[in-house]
Order: sequence, then structure tokens, then C-alpha cells
Amino acid sequence: MFLRNMGIIPGKAQSGADEGSGASITNLSRRSFVAGSGLFVIGVTLAGCSSYVEPDVDANAFDLPDPGASPLTQVAGGDATPALWIAIEEDGTVKITCHRSEMGQQVWTSMAQIVADELEADWDKVQIVQAEGHERYGDQNTDGSRSVRYNFHRLRIAGAAMRSMLTEAAALFWEMNPAECSAAEGLVSNSQNSDTLSYGNLAELAARLEIPAEDEINLKEPDEWRFINKEIPSLTIPLITRGQGTFGIDVDRPGMVYAVVARPPQVFGRVGSVDDTAALEVPGMLQTVRLRDAKPPALFQPMGGVAVIARNTWAAIQGRNALDIEWIDGPNARYESVSFGEAMKRTARRPGTVRRERGNVQTGMADAAQRIEAEYYAPHLSQSPMEPPSATAQWTGDKLEVWACVQDPQTTRQTIADLLEIDKENITVNATWLGGAFGRKSKPDFAVEAALIAKEVGKPVKVTWTREDEVRHGFYHSASAQRLEAGLDEDGKCTSYLHRTVFPPIASTFSDGMATPTDGEMGLGATDVPFAMPNLRVESGDAKGHLRIGWLRSVSNIYHAFAVQSFAAEMAHAAGRDQKEYLLELIGKARTFDPGDEGATYPNYDASIEDYPIETGRLSNVVEKAADMARWGRNLPEGHGLGIAVHRSFLSYIATVIEAAVSPDGTLTIPGIWLAVDAGTVVNPRHARAQMEGGTIYGLSNALYGEITARNGAVVQDNFPSWRVMRMGEAPREFDVEIIQSNTRPAGIGEPATPPAAPALTNAIFNATGHRIRTLPIIGARGSRLSLPETETA
Amino acid sequence: MARTLKINGKDETVDAAPGTPLLWVLRDHLKMTGTKFGCGVAQCGACTVHIDGAPTRSCVLPHDSLEGSEITTIEGVEGPAADAIREVWVENDVPQCGYCQSGQIMAATALLAENSSPTDADIDTAMSGNICRCATYMSIRRAIKEAASRA
Ligand code: FES
Ligand code: FES
Repeated sequence: MFLRNMGIIPGKAQSGADEGSGASITNLSRRSFVAGSGLFVIGVTLAGCSSYVEPDVDANAFDLPDPGASPLTQVAGGDATPALWIAIEEDGTVKITCHRSEMGQQVWTSMAQIVADELEADWDKVQIVQAEGHERYGDQNTDGSRSVRYNFHRLRIAGAAMRSMLTEAAALFWEMNPAECSAAEGLVSNSQNSDTLSYGNLAELAARLEIPAEDEINLKEPDEWRFINKEIPSLTIPLITRGQGTFGIDVDRPGMVYAVVARPPQVFGRVGSVDDTAALEVPGMLQTVRLRDAKPPALFQPMGGVAVIARNTWAAIQGRNALDIEWIDGPNARYESVSFGEAMKRTARRPGTVRRERGNVQTGMADAAQRIEAEYYAPHLSQSPMEPPSATAQWTGDKLEVWACVQDPQTTRQTIADLLEIDKENITVNATWLGGAFGRKSKPDFAVEAALIAKEVGKPVKVTWTREDEVRHGFYHSASAQRLEAGLDEDGKCTSYLHRTVFPPIASTFSDGMATPTDGEMGLGATDVPFAMPNLRVESGDAKGHLRIGWLRSVSNIYHAFAVQSFAAEMAHAAGRDQKEYLLELIGKARTFDPGDEGATYPNYDASIEDYPIETGRLSNVVEKAADMARWGRNLPEGHGLGIAVHRSFLSYIATVIEAAVSPDGTLTIPGIWLAVDAGTVVNPRHARAQMEGGTIYGLSNALYGEITARNGAVVQDNFPSWRVMRMGEAPREFDVEIIQSNTRPAGIGEPATPPAAPALTNAIFNATGHRIRTLPIIGARGSRLSLPETETA
Repeated sequence: MARTLKINGKDETVDAAPGTPLLWVLRDHLKMTGTKFGCGVAQCGACTVHIDGAPTRSCVLPHDSLEGSEITTIEGVEGPAADAIREVWVENDVPQCGYCQSGQIMAATALLAENSSPTDADIDTAMSGNICRCATYMSIRRAIKEAASRA
């Protein structure tokens, strides 16, 4: 590559480069290449792809490289062509495109850390451009704790490729060998003199060089990392502390009107009749629009109903209150979640479909010296991000632009195209900031609503969901019933293990009548159980969906880890053994295994089992670590107990120890939590720790209080506090996180802290009180204390 | 009917229906979207503003009751307590998604302005009306104490 493009190098005599400053090369470059544009951009930020930092980029400033000319379109993880990700401006500003949705996991910062590290950028000059939804970026579904895992390699390649081109540009300018030039913190220097050239000055020249192939690119060694694995401050938080930044609900368009929607109480319910006379008299009301009825399967359709459009959100809410609607029942009008839970428990008592098998559980149980069994139940949950769903849509002719707090702008775009039967090319979807998501915002029904309503109204429309809408019309975490049985030998060692899990699958939302738990859901904590006993069987039982069932932070791992890790402690108790020692014995010696070898179809979070094997040694290691942090085995005050749970999910290994304190009247407090995580390479330890805290508390909030019930097919809860969540006063006083340092492949961070939280707490409560909790929530929306057997009668 | 509200030290004329909560006047009429909507029923604290210095839920506060009051929002809150809170919030990366944080900062600022060395119990009392689904509670508690120790 070296000197290949000598032909375009400006004469050195003109440059005044001995000043070592970039000013003259800039002037020269401007004269030579970009008459009058005043902008130098390496790569080109694609038009229309910014929600926040409107890139001040003139795409015509110079010829775009032919995309086919990039040798980096097929890098593992996707296209690593620098121009897709990085734009460098004359003043040195480095604009990095983030194609994942920012929802508090600090993905703006982590994606920028990865690119900027290999690029050797000056961090103070980094700005983020939020990508619109487009296939050119590859997967944008910000879900499944995989933003870093999917993009770590390719973004490093993109950054390193550009660093190499900038370095080469400097070498050309200085007429040196690139090996004599090196880049650091936004400047290229050389080994011959003290001159430096800034990226801003080199960008335009570098853009004309050939992009190196992957095998020509040298990635930095971990010990050379400047930003990766460092506690780099968030790029969003300074804005947040001033009330700046644009969430979905904050979008404003000229001439915009405001809408809320009255939706049928039941899924696939319909509007019978509507009288909007009183509604239209509300000051500020503009009109109502009947939305089309939803039909099974639910997919990401809006649920129909009546849209209420006004000059402001408050007027729309008042208008909706004044509507007189007669609803026609949906097909699930007889769904009662409590009695359905009992039915699921009965299903769990009957033999199910075998999903993984080792040895022979029947003979193992028959030969056992001691047998134990337990049933667990966990209810539906709502994701309830702090920002309810909100979307804004604007039509210009047959072109549609949408701004929404969506986890996947590509799915949003495709869903709108499908449901409105319009060409995807006519749709632009901008992901705003997300005020939390937790899986709710991976379903773009609310963005489709905005598109439909805006079309009817002929003006830009913002649809806001109230909290009541969010709680009542969600895609709920599945309720579940599970049964576990074990046979122990004379020494208390587990020889036989049966786990049967029953829950309506998420697939019921996408395919009407689907009732069999999928391999994906079974692989979230059931078929990948890491226990080593000789006889093991995992079964599933069918259950129909009656609400829209959807993903919620860590998904089926929540109820599976609750049952499996509770049962591990129950086995320890039956054996008269220490919970932690018994857990280590269940896990067994350090090894890797593939559930596929025992009949499971195991997706392993869409990763290959070779790249990301299940390593029991890493599980045991985090157990030991968390136990040490908590000083497991220490003397505790009366009414206190420590509980432990460990779980692998999203390819990360996390053990959590919780101290529970229960007063004689059943009042529960959580003095401390100790968590050890092994997630391979961690891009930002500070933000990873925040996810450990947040994921744990999210799990505890659900376990303590969370319960969505349905009566007559309609959700009963409507807002805080009937849908109760954890508050400041209930949060633990102490929360220690230890990140196991590792340079192995990066794994998930956003979700995996949630699953071990609930069983660590219920195990702690058991150790504090002798009371075993097998039904969630532990306290519920109205409770204030544990109902212990003693206090129940008190 | 136009009314004049004093917001962040500036007179703003708003023409909103009687009874419209301050939250929606700020967000929709004045396009000041820093103050957030989380529940609409005074349960979550996302909409917290200061009325004459006192933290108040703007989602249930009719704007027409506020003529003559000093209304302060996240966009305009300043002074030693606000400076200290913002500083420790940024230094420690307290927020996650940030959506609840306007309310958290308004509540924490009011607490610190009134109580220069809050205990855990004081913090729990002052902050328990502010829900954070990202669960930044531990960070908030640490940060308030740090801000207090500096002030
Ligand atoms: S929006 Fe006002 S307290 Fe929740
Ligand atoms: S930071 Fe996300 S809700 Fe508090």
C-alpha cells in the first residue's frame, strides 16, 4: 500500500510542514481536492442518520469510495468499512456512528471506546452519531446483551483500518515509510523529527487511500489498550444532568399534534361502538381515529382501539377519559391468570416432553436413599421502563419518518413496511435515546401506531403511552410453573435430577396457538443446567398464551434460575450440607460440556459452542469469589441469613450472595449483596458494575413485588403502586461487585445479573428464617413484610 | 387564557386549559422536555420540579395555581447544592438511562440544600418517591453523601 497514491501527494515545498502543524496541509488539501467545501471527512456520514449530533457533513465534498472497493465488508460480525463508522472533520472531531440503541447500558460510550481505541483517537474529540435503522449496519437489535459481543472485533478492525490509513497519509506527506510513523491520541508523529500531523488535517488525504485488508491490519494488544477495559466516563451523562438529550417522548416536530390511544382491554378485543361527542368538547381536542382491529397472531401489531388526537398530551388524555366505548371481547376473555397458574402446576406434575437426558432418572430415583421434590411458581411481569413507549411519525408525500425509543430500528422499519404495505425504502426510522427498555422496546407496536395515526391526521403525530397503557397493554414476561425432583444417596450426594418447566412460550405471540416452550427458551437456564449428577432429565410442558408474551431482561433465565438455584439449596438442606459447598459439588469438576451431546437443541445465545463453551470451572470460580467477598460462613446476627446462587446466561458467569435480615414481625431488609462476574473482556468496568447493580435490583424488585395478573383476559394492574417496583429505601446498603479480569471473548453484561438475584434472596431468607419461598412474588404489591408461618397467624 | 409563570427566573406566557398540570405545560407548551413523565399520579418522581425551592410533583400540579411562584426545572436549577450534585453525578456516572434522573437530581438538590449532611435514613426519606427502574439507587446514595462531604 505504501506510496501507492503518491500521485495525489501535494508538493512538500508548498506545505510548510516543517512547522509541524496541520494548518498548512489543510489549506493545501483544500486547494487540491475540495474547492471551497471547508470540510474534510474521512469516510462519509450517511445522510439522514443522525438524531442528535446532526453531522455537519457535506457528502459531496469528495467522491465516495465505491462500497464494493472495501475489503472489510465481510469481517466477522459484519461490515467494518471505516466510512460506515467513522467520520473525521477538519477540526479533528471524530464522529463515531453507534448503530445500537442507547438505553442506559452506555452503549454510546462502549462502542466509541472500541473504535477510538484502535483508531488512537483523542477521546475529547469523540462525538456520537446515532444510526438510523438500516441493513448496512448489520444487526441493530439491541437485545440479548450482545452489542459488545457482536461488534467488538469488527469495530476494532474499522478503527485500526482508519488508523493505518491516517498513518499512511502522514507517511506520504512526510515522504517516509509508514513504519516510521505512528498514531496516538489523534496525532501522527514520526521517528525522524518532532513533526506531528493531526487527524483532522490528514483525514481528507487518508480518505483517498485504499482500505487495508483485514490481514494487513494490526490490532493493538490488550496491554496497549487506552480506552477498552478502562473506566471511561459516559458520553451521555453530562447531558442528562442538564435535562438535555432526546428520549422518544421528547421528540418535537414542527406542527406536531399529540395522541394517546384507547386500546381494547383484552388482546384481540375490538371496538363495538364509540361515542366521542364529549371527548371532542375537551379543550385542545382535535379528532379521534378508529384504528384497525388486530388479528392473530399478535406479532408487533398495534392492538387497535381509538386514537385521540389533541394539541397537547394532557388534552389527549382528558379526551380519552371522556370517550364512551363499548368493547367487544377478545378470544381470551375468560383468561384468569391465577387459575391458569394452578393448571400449569398440574401440567408440571405429569410427564412432559424430554428436552435433555443423561443416564436414567427413573432408576436413579428408585435407587436413591432420599428423595425430595418442590414446585415453583412465578407470575407474569411487566418490563416497565421508566420512559413508557412513545413514538413520533411524520409523512411527507409517500415518505415516512419515525422517531422512536426502539431497541431495533430495523425491525421497526420492516414492521411498518409490512403492516402499512409500503416500500421500506420510503421509511426512515430514527432511534432516540431510550429511557430504559428491558425488552419492551424491542416490540415496535407503538411506532406502528404513530405511523398509522399520522397518516390519518396528515400532520406529524407523537403517540405517548401513559403508565397505565404500558402496564395494561404490554408484552409480558411469561408466567411459569416448575417442578423439580431429586434423588440423593446415603451421603446426601445428588444422583438423580428431574426438572420440568411449563410456561406459555414467546412464540405464542408470533404463531397463534404455539404452546410448546422453544429450544431458545429451554436453553435459558433449563437445558443448559451445569450439574454433574449421573442421571439428569429436563422436560417441558405445554401452556397456551393468553396475553402477548414477550422478552423481559434475561427472559426465561429468570424463572429457571429461580427454580434450579432454589432447588440446589433445598437439596443441600436435605443433605444437611452447606449451601455453597453443595452447589460446588453439583457443578462438579471443571470441564466444558455441550447440552447437545445429551439430546438438547441448544442455541448457546447464537454463539458457537466452540467459541463460547459452557465452562463449569468459571461457574465454580465466581461462586468461590462471591462467597469470599461476602465472608461466607461468618457469624450472623439473629434473623440474618446469607444465600447464594450462580447462573450462566448470555455467555457470562455470575454468582450472587445476598444477606437477608428478617425481623420477628417479618420485616425484610437486605443489608448487603456481593456479586462476582466473569464476562470475558469487559469494555467499561464502571458501566459493567452499574449493570450488575441494576440487573440485580431489577431481579429483586420483580421477585419481591412484581406480579401482573389477568382477570377476564384483561390485566388488573395499572400504574405504580398496584404494579410495584423497588424504591430507594429498599435498596441494599452495601453492594460489592467484582469483575474477574480476563482477555477472553466478551460476553453479555446487561442481563445476566438478573437471574441469580431472586434465588440468592430466597435462599438467604431460608437461612434467616427456615422459611422456603417457592411462589413469587415474595411480598407482593400490597404487602409490607414476609408472611412467615409464625406471623401468618399472628 | 394566557397566564404568566416564572420559570427558571424568566417570565413565560402560557395559554393552556385551566387545570393542565405544570408537567404538560413545560413539556408540550414550552418544549422544556427535561422534566419527565413517568406515571402521572405522583408515584414516581420523574416530573419533580422545585416550587419556591420545594421538590414537587409537576404531573399533578395545576399550572394555574402557580402564578407568583418560583418554578425551577432541571434546565435551570443552579446554586451550590445543584452544582455539587451535578458534579458528583457526572464524576461517578450515577445515571444509567437517565430518564428518572431529572427528578432524582431535583430531589437530591432540594435535600442537600436543606440538609448538608444527610444520613442514610434522610436519603431514603427524601428519595423514596423517585423510582429508578435502572436501579441507580446505590449510586445515588453514594453520590449524595459525596456531594455533602464536599459542600
Ligand atoms: S410523573 Fe409525576 S410522579 Fe410520576
Ligand atoms: S436511570 Fe434509568 S430509570 Fe433511573
